[in-house]
Amino acid sequence: MSSLVIQDLHVAIGEKEIVKGLSLTINSGEVHAIMGPNGTGKSTLAKVIAGHPDYTVTGGDVLLDGASILEKEADERARAGIFLAFQYPSEIPGVSIANFLRAAQQARMAEGEELDASAYYKRLYAKMDMLKIDRKFTSRSVNEGFSGGEKKRCEILQMAMLEPKFALMDETDSGLDIDALRIVSEGVNTLKGPNLGVLMITHYQRLLNYIVPDFVHVMYDGRIVKSGDKSLALELESKGYDWVKKELVTA
Amino acid sequence: MSAPVSSPAATRSPIGSFTAETFAEHLASLGAVPAWWIARKRAAYDTFARLPLPSRTDEAWRFSTLQGVALEGFHIATPAETTAAERRIPDLPAALATPDLAFANNHLSARSNAARPAGVVVTTLAEAVGSHADLLKAHFMAQPQKLGSEKFAALHTAFVRDGAFVYVPRGVEVATPIVIHHLATGPASAIFPHTLVIAEENAKVTVIDLFYSDARLSLPGGAVSVPHFACGANDLYAGHGAQLTYVGAQAWSYETLSLQFNSTVVRRDARVQSLNLHLGGRQSRHESLSQLQAPGAFSEMLALTVADGTQEFDQRTLQIHQAPDTKSDLLYKNSLRDQAKTIFSGLIVVDPDAQRTDAYQSNRNLMLSEEAEANSLPGLEIQANDVRCTHGATSSRIDPEQEFYLQARGIRKDAADQLLTFGFFEEVLNRLVSDDLHAGLRSLIETQFEQ
Repeated sequence: MSSLVIQDLHVAIGEKEIVKGLSLTINSGEVHAIMGPNGTGKSTLAKVIAGHPDYTVTGGDVLLDGASILEKEADERARAGIFLAFQYPSEIPGVSIANFLRAAQQARMAEGEELDASAYYKRLYAKMDMLKIDRKFTSRSVNEGFSGGEKKRCEILQMAMLEPKFALMDETDSGLDIDALRIVSEGVNTLKGPNLGVLMITHYQRLLNYIVPDFVHVMYDGRIVKSGDKSLALELESKGYDWVKKELVTA
Repeated sequence: MSAPVSSPAATRSPIGSFTAETFAEHLASLGAVPAWWIARKRAAYDTFARLPLPSRTDEAWRFSTLQGVALEGFHIATPAETTAAERRIPDLPAALATPDLAFANNHLSARSNAARPAGVVVTTLAEAVGSHADLLKAHFMAQPQKLGSEKFAALHTAFVRDGAFVYVPRGVEVATPIVIHHLATGPASAIFPHTLVIAEENAKVTVIDLFYSDARLSLPGGAVSVPHFACGANDLYAGHGAQLTYVGAQAWSYETLSLQFNSTVVRRDARVQSLNLHLGGRQSRHESLSQLQAPGAFSEMLALTVADGTQEFDQRTLQIHQAPDTKSDLLYKNSLRDQAKTIFSGLIVVDPDAQRTDAYQSNRNLMLSEEAEANSLPGLEIQANDVRCTHGATSSRIDPEQEFYLQARGIRKDAADQLLTFGFFEEVLNRLVSDDLHAGLRSLIETQFEQ
């Protein structure tokens, strides 16, 4: 049982504060959704937890199993169990998916220890079969020339191979048609379980038709302003974000 | 601390260690060789001795560190300086491990008796001087030196003792690559490696040169390095419809001054692919001349350089289109770390009647350090009016978003940068048809990164 605890987090890019005191606790096995209008700091939250160097934490803390991760580099956080599924995954020309994932596995091993290549490929192919991904995929360069759907499936494959404790899914539904959305959601549903905590960041409610959250939070202007269960997402869908804004003003 | 540097012009001798006495000793050591070969060498020595060292005003040496091109302190390397253990290069990738011919310190040290198709000749230059004199006269160092090293090419001809001679007769295909090793051992050794490849009409062959120093044998960390002087050349000739693939993998010690000259002649409908991998050397200059002499000729010129420490790699290229409907495609990629320096100077020349020339030239530099320096001088000289010529040069840094993406998967920054550098090189390695060769070169590059 693991926990990811975000405590009164403040984040800035340069002088501009984006996240303004956000607190949230995610435990293994839980699926949390953060919804909110554009420009409210949702993606910043995901990237800052993953250790993106462009952001500065100006206050608060992020604890993985009780220990702060904020002083760690992005690669250390990843090895500790944080996985960011990118909204816009980078294209890496000339690096095959197989070699990329191999390097990621190798990085998780002790100094001097060599990856067992045949066991690795066996595991990779098993995960690909589970996610219904063609094996030819592995020899393609990472994300190069991929469709939106392929990029997101590639993210899910990486998540399946790296078996993180917590997955931060940044706008996983963006740019996907319904078929692609269904395939990606099936992937996430296959992977979720008692050992994985999920934080889904989304602008639209439709993703939550496919991946059902245990908790829904509404983020506005750098803070969580409302939390509830999945019915909150439906309420938002029918009333729109203006409803939240109005409530905030009256409160 | 290094010694204070005085004026280069005052301290550098135009002949350095390669005096008339040294040359006379070299000739005397050759034993019985044909008179024409001796005459050729004498003429070359005169040219070498007569020509000055490159100077600051030589356009062909722009940006080069001229005081590094010093000929003092070397001696003609002999086999006595090598041990049997040194002559076996350890841990080579499979594609490069078994030489057909191996030379150590200017002398043949090993040859395989691998069966080759009838008529194919894989022998030493020393033998070919007698047995294939006409071919040698026609092809050995027969092309003009247009890239600045007339003096050093003459030095090569004067002192070359042995090398590889590969002849593939008309219509013959050689299935597996012919591998040549050139090894330098012992401090201050001067070596003069040579490879001559003649592919006759519709012949097909792959030839691989591997250049290696003992510093890499005994010192895996490469911390201490032995200075060498390597002055080598290769002549490639592809006859009508021939397909010639050439790979030159240069892994000299980090204290080597290396000068290497390539000449490629491509006849009607022939295709030459050459890939030069540059890893070693304190200062390493490579000149490559492709002449597209008849319609349908195609030369693909590829190079990869891993420059680190204070290494300097100096690449000068010339693509000459002498006939209509010819094609050349040059792609040189450099990765630079630390305070490394690269120079790329490339020129495409299209003769007046070479209509419908299709020529491409690209130099791409990946800068992995703020202190590294990449110089690019691309150029065109077009005298025909119906041509397609493109050239370009770029220098870029690692994309921080790509780096973050890899780090977000747990890959450490240095490993991420290495992966991205390999990704950058892959475009060139992918041009090789042979997967074994691709893997072999990749593995050599990895060795460099581990040092």
